[in-house]
Amino acid sequence: MKRLMDILLPFAVAALLLGIWEWAVAHWQVPPYVLPAPSAIARAFADNFSSLIDALASTLTVTLEAFAAATILGVVTAIGFSQSRVLERTLYPYAVILQVTPVVAIAPLILIWVGFERINLALVIIATLVAFFPILAGATLGLKSADFNLMDLTRLHGASRAQSLWRIRLPTALPYLLSGMKTAGGLALIGAVVAEFVAGSGTATGLAWRIVESGNRLEIATLFAALALLAFTGVMIFAALSLLEWALLRRWHESALSQS
Amino acid sequence: MIALSGVAKRFANGTQALKNLSFDVAAGEFVSLLGPSGCGKSTALRLAAGLLTPDAGKVLYAGGKPEIGFVFQEPTLMPWADTLTNARLPLDLKYIPRREANDRAAAALARVGLAGFERAYPRELSGGMKMRVSIARALVARPQLLLLDEPFAALDEITRNALGDDLLKLWCEDGLTILFVTHSVGESSYLSRRVLVMTPRPGHIVSDIALPFGRDSRLAPATIEAQRVISDALNTAMAA
Repeated sequence: MKRLMDILLPFAVAALLLGIWEWAVAHWQVPPYVLPAPSAIARAFADNFSSLIDALASTLTVTLEAFAAATILGVVTAIGFSQSRVLERTLYPYAVILQVTPVVAIAPLILIWVGFERINLALVIIATLVAFFPILAGATLGLKSADFNLMDLTRLHGASRAQSLWRIRLPTALPYLLSGMKTAGGLALIGAVVAEFVAGSGTATGLAWRIVESGNRLEIATLFAALALLAFTGVMIFAALSLLEWALLRRWHESALSQS
Repeated sequence: MIALSGVAKRFANGTQALKNLSFDVAAGEFVSLLGPSGCGKSTALRLAAGLLTPDAGKVLYAGGKPEIGFVFQEPTLMPWADTLTNARLPLDLKYIPRREANDRAAAALARVGLAGFERAYPRELSGGMKMRVSIARALVARPQLLLLDEPFAALDEITRNALGDDLLKLWCEDGLTILFVTHSVGESSYLSRRVLVMTPRPGHIVSDIALPFGRDSRLAPATIEAQRVISDALNTAMAA
């Protein structure tokens, strides 16, 4: 009963808010180019369904490619850091610089370097830059958190560095890495959208471009539909990563246990 | 089996942990290294295991470095792995085929009374059971030398006594050589054949006490007498 309420309550609140919105728009006769009613947004969504889904597919492809690239790059770099202190001290400051520099400021440069004829590659690179740091930070901290005594034990039994890495360091790092990935999933989507905004007209085909285009044409209902789709995608990415985290940690990690 | 000769060790922070530490343990002996906290017992044990290298002096093994089992004060298990996988770790690191490794790990768990718990995760076990897994892991590679670093310090007395008795049984059955670090006079007087008393700053051996037979229980007169002898040696050394 309590669990049913947990699921139903957010939906009930959503239905209530949408109802108030619908009523308010009709009651004060708000023009649709300022705030369209939920019903108008739903209609715009239905009318533009295939083009919106195409745009979503484009943005989602960039997001997922960037997320995969950031995960691989982040983990490989973190493994490098865990094996060599010198490497970590040398390169970590640059990772931080990359993180603190606003991506909107670097994006035009990347677009020019990669070239507009390879726009998708440029978008993926920009989104990867945004998603990279939390993965690197999480994996680096995790790999360093291995139990010293366990590491000593592997040494006592003649383990190679690769064996200690595989058997002790990587499993220790998993919860930290997954936490970084949850942050990075949302950031990859933000990165993809920002990149599309910067790339601007014509060549980009994702949801961000649909938002810009709808705004320019004052098709605010379509803009809202694209926005809702974007928010929904972000929530789905987060939910998928939370599910992955639960599946991998539920048998042993405190964070997963406390939820059960 | 193993001898430390004139060993010195200084920590990175400058503390002289050990100075001129010498002792030996013969094959088949059960020796306790007894001393107060911070006297360098654990450091001595790590040196004996080859996990640390001495600044001066030598750590010698008769007939080459033996297979060593090590038990820490904490169970030190992998929380992501079940009991069987934890006990199997030393075999996995030696690339022993999985089937043989599983059989040997299951046998080691059975010896410490954990048959049927192969698929349990560490978080599902009590403190005493976790320590048993840790001992099974130390035994699985069939060590000649077993090094224990205050393994029962974090356990309640009832569990501690049960594990102590089990350790004695394993020692009798396997012909193991055991070096047992402890700060408990009671434990050392009952379990070991010989007690090395250590004092701190810097850590070194102040007396080497061979205990007589007849300590069949914790309350046997010979055990109580051994406790008195060990306590006297410890008190004299600490007062000096």
